Amino acid sequence: MSEAIRLEGVRKSFGRLEVLRDITLTIAEHEVVCLIGASGSGKSTLLRCINLLEPIDAGRIVIHGVEVTGRGVDVDVVRRRVGIVFQSFNLFPHMRVLDNLTLGPRKALGVPRERAEEEARALLERFGLADKVEEYPDRLSGGQQQRVAITRALAMNPDVLLLDEITSALDPELIAEVLDVIRELAAGGMTMLIATHEMGFARDVAHRVCFLDEGRILEQGPPGRIFTEPREERTRRFLDRIIAAGRM
Amino acid sequence: MDRGPGAEPRSAVTGRAAGEGPAALAGDRRSRIVGGGEGRSVWVAVASTAVFFTVAGVLVVTSPGWPAIRDAFFDGAVFRDAFPKILARFGRNVAIFGIAEVLVLVLALLIAVMKSLPGPVFAPLRLLAAAYTDLFRGVPTILVVALLGFGMPALGLRGVPRSDVVWAIVALTLVYAAYVAEVYRAGIESIHPSQMAAARSLGLSRGQAMRHVILPQAVRRVIPPLLNDFIGLQKDSALVAFLGYTEALRQAQIVSAADFDFTPFVALALIYVVITIPQARLVDWLIARDQRRRAGGGTT
Ligand SMILES: Nc1ncnc2c1ncn2[C@@H]1O[C@H](COP(=O)(O)OP(=O)(O)OP(=O)(O)O)[C@@H](O)[C@H]1O
Ligand SMILES: [Mg+2]
Repeated sequence: MSEAIRLEGVRKSFGRLEVLRDITLTIAEHEVVCLIGASGSGKSTLLRCINLLEPIDAGRIVIHGVEVTGRGVDVDVVRRRVGIVFQSFNLFPHMRVLDNLTLGPRKALGVPRERAEEEARALLERFGLADKVEEYPDRLSGGQQQRVAITRALAMNPDVLLLDEITSALDPELIAEVLDVIRELAAGGMTMLIATHEMGFARDVAHRVCFLDEGRILEQGPPGRIFTEPREERTRRFLDRIIAAGRM
Repeated sequence: MDRGPGAEPRSAVTGRAAGEGPAALAGDRRSRIVGGGEGRSVWVAVASTAVFFTVAGVLVVTSPGWPAIRDAFFDGAVFRDAFPKILARFGRNVAIFGIAEVLVLVLALLIAVMKSLPGPVFAPLRLLAAAYTDLFRGVPTILVVALLGFGMPALGLRGVPRSDVVWAIVALTLVYAAYVAEVYRAGIESIHPSQMAAARSLGLSRGQAMRHVILPQAVRRVIPPLLNDFIGLQKDSALVAFLGYTEALRQAQIVSAADFDFTPFVALALIYVVITIPQARLVDWLIARDQRRRAGGGTT
């Protein structure tokens, strides 16, 4: 299996706060990796760094064999191949769903409008959003908005998808429809790095789970092992808290 | 004369916060009149208003100074003579502020975008933009009009327009672009950074993200304070009279001097009131609508 993403000794601080300390992680093509960890452990920051939304202080990030953290790298070209979906959807409220999807392909990739719209409609249909094409985002439910946000990232036809707690802003009854979309993508072989608090989902969909603790990957392995026999005391305590909170 | 230019845009810049007062009041009034569900409160409002203004009117008209005031400010014959002349010249004011408004929209956007450029490379541009807005918000408008309107034609340089109106338009544009740039910038900054992140994550360049995602949302939000500034600009088109250019105010002055009467000024004031009040109401309505929408729950 060839590698999709490789992080080597990645460090990131905000002022004096060290958020990522020496992160080393390789993700293979078609692999689904879930990042778990307490609030503030650096999950979002890690994803934002891979998408180059945050500059890193040290280390290297290599995507499909190309170092993207070097000098003279066109960040826009990198971002076109790495999709990211945010917790808060971040749809463009002044644009219809269709235009939300076609903006990236048209402006960043230069796809002609007609073809971009055709592809966007096909994507929306695939994820059960065909009747929302002409709507504005604020007319949709949270679950629908998040599904639109995922299809917006997919419209760029990315090699890798980064998902940052995409269900934590949703009401419980809306979570399933969004997770189903991710399951379908995983089944289709999409490479994904997923930050999540949904342990049931992680166990279900991930090939590998990484436990992030104070900016370090403390432990990683297949979900079956991490969730049943964690080696690290801190991992165990984190999972116990999650179970106590009824999220597993 | 130059109190207006200073006072007007300043309140307009903070228009969002300041605007909430009148808008809230407007909503209040509506609910008091309509919300009752019966027509009785409407009639009470109409009756009390009628009584109040009748009494006030009678008091003014029966006061000892009234005949003198009426002859000096409200002379019917002078009004009928002066009004058409002034109205005809007001076309020049419309042309002046019309052209200036278009130029302001463009220049102010440029300045605002310059101010929002990130990184150390653009420090000189940011500094330049900041110096510009500080300078032109700090100097009285009439002074800028005088400096450019008298000064530039007097230079007699080749290629420099000699028309004082042209320079007056330039002066008004420079001053109001400084205010409107701040309005735009407030609008740009009011758009949550996650919108920029979302646009950039799709591979759009900073410029593309600005153009397609940030500015369309920002401009929509700043329309009310922008219109406030334009009302100020429209009023300040009268400053061009200072250069001796015969627009409406100068025309009113001429008629007034000939008739030894101030009624022409009242006629001009009436014209200004008629064009600015609907715009002010429009601003209130837009702000109120904006608030209703926000209360209705939008997404960021
Ligand atoms: N732009 C920023 N400026 C300063 N500090 C930041 C910034 N972004 C994140 N941080 C800090 O970095 C730390 C890690 O934040 P991050 O959002 O990556 O955590 P997380 O694991 O995603 O948490 P959560 O589960 O709550 O989303 C936190 O302490 C946060 O306050
Ligand atoms: Mg997070």
